[in-house]
Amino acid sequence: MNAAVPIEDIRLGVVMLCHNELAIAARMARIWVEGGAAVAVHVDAKTRGPDVTEMRDGLADLPQVVFSRRHVCEWGTFSLVRATQDAAELLLEKFPDVTHVILVSGACLTLRPVSDLCAYLARYSQRDFIESVTVEDVGWTVGGLNEERFTLRFPFSFRRQRKLFDRYVALQRRVKFKRRIPAGLVPHLGSQWWCLTRRTLDAILNDPRRAEFDRYFRRVWIPDESYFQTLARRHSLQIESRSLTLSKFDDQGKPYIFYDDHLLLLRESGCFLARKIWPRAGRLYDRLPPPAHDAPSAAEPTPERLDRIIAQAVARRRLGRPGLYMQSRFPLKDRENGKTSAPYAVMLGFADIFPDFEPWLAERIDADVHGHLFARHGVEFAGRALTGPGALSNSAALRDLDPRSFLANLIRISWRMQVWQHSPRDAQQLNWFMATDRNARIYVVTGAWAVPLLHSGMPFDDIRRVAADLQRIELAQINILRSVWLKARTQIWDLGDFCARPSGVLGAVLRDLGGDPDAAADMPQMRDLAGMGRFLQRLRNAGLRPQLMGEFPVVDPTRSHEGS
Amino acid sequence: MLRLFRFYRRQFRLRARRQWLLARAIRRRRALAAVADRTAAIRPDDILLFMVMRNEAVRLPYFLDYYRNMGIRHFLVVDNGSEDGGRDYLRTQPDVSLWLTRASYKESRFGMDWLNWLLRKHGSGHWCLTVDPDEFLIYPHCDTRPLLALTDWLDASAARSFSAMLLDMYPKGSLHEQPYRSGQNPFEIARWFDPANYSIRKNGAYGNLWIQGGVRGRVFFHDDPENGPALNKIPLVRWERWYAYASSTHMLLPRSLNLVYDEDGGEKASGCLLHAKFLSTFVEKSAEELTRRQHYADSHEYKAYHDALQGGPEFWCEHSCELHDWHQLEELGLISTGNWA
Repeated sequence: MNAAVPIEDIRLGVVMLCHNELAIAARMARIWVEGGAAVAVHVDAKTRGPDVTEMRDGLADLPQVVFSRRHVCEWGTFSLVRATQDAAELLLEKFPDVTHVILVSGACLTLRPVSDLCAYLARYSQRDFIESVTVEDVGWTVGGLNEERFTLRFPFSFRRQRKLFDRYVALQRRVKFKRRIPAGLVPHLGSQWWCLTRRTLDAILNDPRRAEFDRYFRRVWIPDESYFQTLARRHSLQIESRSLTLSKFDDQGKPYIFYDDHLLLLRESGCFLARKIWPRAGRLYDRLPPPAHDAPSAAEPTPERLDRIIAQAVARRRLGRPGLYMQSRFPLKDRENGKTSAPYAVMLGFADIFPDFEPWLAERIDADVHGHLFARHGVEFAGRALTGPGALSNSAALRDLDPRSFLANLIRISWRMQVWQHSPRDAQQLNWFMATDRNARIYVVTGAWAVPLLHSGMPFDDIRRVAADLQRIELAQINILRSVWLKARTQIWDLGDFCARPSGVLGAVLRDLGGDPDAAADMPQMRDLAGMGRFLQRLRNAGLRPQLMGEFPVVDPTRSHEGS
Repeated sequence: MLRLFRFYRRQFRLRARRQWLLARAIRRRRALAAVADRTAAIRPDDILLFMVMRNEAVRLPYFLDYYRNMGIRHFLVVDNGSEDGGRDYLRTQPDVSLWLTRASYKESRFGMDWLNWLLRKHGSGHWCLTVDPDEFLIYPHCDTRPLLALTDWLDASAARSFSAMLLDMYPKGSLHEQPYRSGQNPFEIARWFDPANYSIRKNGAYGNLWIQGGVRGRVFFHDDPENGPALNKIPLVRWERWYAYASSTHMLLPRSLNLVYDEDGGEKASGCLLHAKFLSTFVEKSAEELTRRQHYADSHEYKAYHDALQGGPEFWCEHSCELHDWHQLEELGLISTGNWA
């Protein structure tokens, strides 16, 4: 049922609510009138008298503009509905030929010629454009009040008496207070900016039960978003549940404001009206609406691009960018919404077994392969550069000032995947951070720290002491990696396991990191592990129990003459 | 119970601290002698700029133009005894109010007592930008929207303060290579910055973030980063009489003004103060400041600069970024548009 009629049959009426920036409102009223519309203006009674006089004088030459009785308007109260009702009644009375009425504010800007809107309404002459959604399905209201808007009482101002407002709501919830909704009404919510046919608006204003409904809505919260939206469901023949006015809110319930740089975006959105416009956005006011065409276009609005940009801004404010720690985003622990921004890999123990592991791995995968980034003596960037990605310094002191930022910065600023070596000798502050980060891939060969000790040539007493320390640290590390909070992808081998089939393990690691597993056949030079069994036995003999090395025969079969 | 006690104890201490700061500011107002007081010309919605300076004449022409274009309507300047003609230059500017003091910079908490007084006297009810002569504000959309658009939006968002971290800019090559001429855009020379080497910690008592690092951390303080300069700044505040800057523009009281960051993962809008410190003028300046010993913590910062400058330090490294526009800074995550799309 499109019921298209010729555009000549459409006479648009405009109800305009203003409270400040009257000069701009007057300009908009003129644009409406020049486009052939009749306008009823309501000015907030709080607005200064001289400003109002100036506006009236400025519009005195336009008989199509009428001013309705002024009410004191406060956001969230029935006064706004009252003002709208009065202005609409005046409009319908003074201009009997008006066929459609659109509600706008003084800060609404027409993005297309008024004739376009008329053409559009001619195309769908029987439709009421009013966003009207049942309360259960809204989901966009601020403060979590949906249905309760209709069933509680709100004697306190949300803006000026916020604490009282909240406490009174809580109290009513606790005592399970509920107002009765008048029979025959199904609460609906929606954007306060609508465009109704004369028939529907007339029916709402002249409803035989209007006094009862008004009495009820007087105590509903933000009735300008529910009065017409609910009553239209009673009277309308055909509701098109969307608003012709582009009006976006962020998650604070604050309307989006458009500036000069939105000009192109607004133009290509094809919407009829937008709000809010920054009052000093001179270029928008100069260029919009464009002059009317000869043939008014009834094209559908296409605000998708604008919607996307605004949705992105809302997401930026609510969720932020993962892995970013900065001056205006400093999430508490576990509220990071992504601890880091991209996958990375941490290799524990490999560099102890293969002295040239770093260049070997760098040749085989598409990633930046660093040395021990968290080494106590300093940061070992790839190629041992003095500065790393993001101009990070190789100074250990700078890194340890805020290791989390160091890591997050490194990963966020790099295009390629970051891979580095880690061991129990390095700084351990980030163990929990990495283990609980979905982006982390942690490959561990436990006990590998013993290999350099085997070859160190240090006095055995020192070796025993160091081994005890390292083992303690590694046990703590492994405990974290086995905890139930683990989010990282981990693979753990013990040294004995690893030595049994080194190329198999390296192949699995390469495959995991996006390399060719067959490239593991060409193994890097491995440190000599002969004598490991004997070495471990010496540690045992010295009272230390090596727990993480796996199985090594005490007597090396090939070099059984060794040992003391 | 104990938690409640601690909470009120902290409230009480911060309140006492704020009153102490304000009392200092009020007491030291006598140190300021008006050279040109044009504050009667300030209109209710004007955005004001507050600054202390000493021997910065060469920077002033560009500085004033930069902020005039941004929409600053009035400059309130304290001159700490300049000897280079900067005072005479400012005296002739129609939108500058100027005060002179020869009192100690250090004794006045590095000029903050004077500024707290001027802010209290002239800044209440205005959006006030407090910067040094070598700091240039850059904020999201600053190429298309004047500062007034930002402050209007902050008003609508019920925000009273705006964070703008200090971003140290430096030239490629040695500082002497490209001398700075008066009136020149300093960022034609100092075009480079460190994109991602900042460390952040939270200051529990005041609630502000404490940002360190950057090029100064990398070049001058790599062995002693704890003593590196703080880079967090909150320069733009809708001022009220009872507010006070507690330590430079790094933090304020009441504490709630310092909460310019989101802790639930979201991003609030923020900007940067581009810091044009490292120009050809820096070498003589650091020598002068070292002999005056008027800076924070016995000028150890300037000591570090002086020592390092003997070696002709190289600021630039292959990971430095060249400044293009605010989009780039927002992409890098140094500033954020928040929900100001």
